[in-house]
Amino acid sequence: MDLNFTPEERAFRDEARTFFRTAIPESIRTKVAEGEGLTRDDLVTSQRILNEHGWATVNWPKEWGGQEWSPVQVYLYQDEMQQANCPAPIPFNVSMVGPVIAQFGSQEIKQRFLPPTANADIFWCQGFSEPGAGSDLASLRTKAERKGDKYIVNGQKTWTTLAQYANWIFCLVRTDPAAKSQEGISFLLIDMKTPGITVRPIVTIDGGREVNEVFFDDVEVPVENLVGVENKGWDYAKFLLGNERTGIARVGASKAKIARIKQLAALEFAGETPLIESPRFLEKLAAVEVELKALEMTQLRVVSDERKLAKGGQNPASSILKLKGSVIQQQLTELLMDVVGPFALPYQRDFDGKNEPIVGPDYATEAAPMYFNYRKVSIYGGSNEIQRNIIAKAILGL
Amino acid sequence: MDFDLSDDQRLLKDSVDRFITDQYGFEQRKKYMREAGGHSEAMWAQITDIGLFGLPFEETLGGFGGGAVETAIVMEAFGRGLVVEPYFATVILGGGLLRRAASDAVLGALAPRVAAGKVKLAFAHLERHSRYDLADVTTTARKDGSGYLLDGAKSVVLHGDAANKILLTARIKGERRDRAGIGLFLLDAGTPGVAGRGYPTQDGLRAAEITFTNVRVTADALLNDNALPLIEHVVDEAIAALCAEAVGCMQAMQDLTLEYLKTRKQFGRAIGSFQVLQHRSVDMLVALEQARSMAMFAAVMASEENPIERRKAISAAKVQIGRSARHIGQEAIQLHGGIGMTAEYAVGHYFKRVTMIDQLFGDADTHLAWLAKHGGLFGHAA
Repeated sequence: MDLNFTPEERAFRDEARTFFRTAIPESIRTKVAEGEGLTRDDLVTSQRILNEHGWATVNWPKEWGGQEWSPVQVYLYQDEMQQANCPAPIPFNVSMVGPVIAQFGSQEIKQRFLPPTANADIFWCQGFSEPGAGSDLASLRTKAERKGDKYIVNGQKTWTTLAQYANWIFCLVRTDPAAKSQEGISFLLIDMKTPGITVRPIVTIDGGREVNEVFFDDVEVPVENLVGVENKGWDYAKFLLGNERTGIARVGASKAKIARIKQLAALEFAGETPLIESPRFLEKLAAVEVELKALEMTQLRVVSDERKLAKGGQNPASSILKLKGSVIQQQLTELLMDVVGPFALPYQRDFDGKNEPIVGPDYATEAAPMYFNYRKVSIYGGSNEIQRNIIAKAILGL
Repeated sequence: MDFDLSDDQRLLKDSVDRFITDQYGFEQRKKYMREAGGHSEAMWAQITDIGLFGLPFEETLGGFGGGAVETAIVMEAFGRGLVVEPYFATVILGGGLLRRAASDAVLGALAPRVAAGKVKLAFAHLERHSRYDLADVTTTARKDGSGYLLDGAKSVVLHGDAANKILLTARIKGERRDRAGIGLFLLDAGTPGVAGRGYPTQDGLRAAEITFTNVRVTADALLNDNALPLIEHVVDEAIAALCAEAVGCMQAMQDLTLEYLKTRKQFGRAIGSFQVLQHRSVDMLVALEQARSMAMFAAVMASEENPIERRKAISAAKVQIGRSARHIGQEAIQLHGGIGMTAEYAVGHYFKRVTMIDQLFGDADTHLAWLAKHGGLFGHAA
């Protein structure tokens, strides 16, 4: 047992650390650190820098720009990226639709979509959830009827993150209404400019507009936009959802948050004493640090194990990464709000382009919205209760 | 980075696991506890045969030079078996102190006898008011000719009534909580003026109250005249060992609970089919895996020479183990229902052991406070 990284791994970590802190613009990284929303330009700029360096699509097959890194390298890449407050490559492009197209798409569809997906020339959004299909995703009802060389799509998607930035959407649609719920679903790529698509923002409790409803009203989609085989879309969706294993713990991002909390807690005073010297505050923080250290070790166990497991095999410990990682991220946003005290109150967001003048320290602005916003972390990507259902069945055999 | 065991470690794990599986079932353990001294001399002999008493000593001393990872392997298995023999007191505490404090001559004479299972050791350190402060020693060692005169009272000396030899802390100089001036002495349990009273502990092990009244020892009984730093290191190693033992207990509780959920039927179906119990089992798994990760971290960090870095890691592990063990223990009892409350059934005994482990060498709150005071685990902005 040796928890030290090899000299090669250390050299790679240093390379990644330097790269993320120099190549990605400071202005973007500051926004991430402070929890400010990123513009479309920020995300595209950052992804293009990564792509130019060959670091946007490291998880893809080599012929489409993947790196075939060891699990440890992938871990270090994510950890350093998150610690440097770099935006991850657009997840809809890189973690979701890209691998599905690369795995199940025809040669033609790969050539057509993978390069622009890697370079963020296409900005994807994900059309999975529906008003009646949340945790029970397979009950989705948006339908695509074949008519000649076109599908006619009708229905509604919801919780569509960053649909307002996207020019393409990948959708699960029902192509066989007679089939059982998980069968008869297909995986369809749709140009957002197609007539009949309407995007309507959903304002969330933090005041943010990350998510949207997307309506499809007789939308015509060429059949060549079908990925893989008709009615096999559920398999592809399962592949997509199972793809992201270790990054989901977001250990590096939580480390960055702790560093920021410590920095800011030195600037806020309770009487004569900076908050960073308050035993009560420090113990609350240390309790989360212990859980985070344990999660980091758990993640490293999973990473170390991945080398030995057959492809598709899974260390039982990997299943807890999302459960625990999400709760830790949420706890840290609580602590950040504790730090800013009463200056959590002023509401300064305004998405119509005018901001209220800042009240109190500028770092206080996002504390409460981030806390509110992070409640999503234990809901999206399969709520923590769904995760527990899955673990109970797959790992515990209950 | 590599979490794999070496071939030797794997062999060790196999033989210890086999010993526990074959010899240390819950019913067998009940018999051992009824023997004189609350443990089994036959099991003591078997543990000797596997060679586990030589774990901390070099091969030339009859041992096999194992480190914290080897210790963790043994202790996790012992946790699963709820082993009652004084292994922790003799090998982890006693052996660890000897290895770091004893002269070559003393070690050369004593280590082979410990390794051969012929000597049992106890660490007499805790006093009525010292709680978790290792520097709080009021027992005195006064110069007496060329030797020392020892006076004081030690409490909750783990397996103190089984020991042939005692490792005793006594203050040679300084005030009550001074870090400097704490001597570590080695003396026979039968030395005139030493009086002990043994008693069972909550977890089925034993401890003793030991008083030292005008105990005369020769100069060579003093192993180290400023022993606190080495004691702190040994205690950190001991905590890492307890973390591994606790993981063995937690795994056993998780296994027992899952088995019960799959077999116990109510309302015409296995109770494990109820979602509320499924989710609670998953939370037990999360607590277990987090604890296992930190026990590994503790094992690797136990040999770190920088005392602050080492202690931070050990404290963090003790916090995690304490929290996880409390959660898993309470849930294991609750999910079993009434049967979990019975002394006849194993799960409560694991619960009691992990509960007592939290009370040893600093509970979760104590370690959390220390960790918080020393800046936590993650640095300021890199």
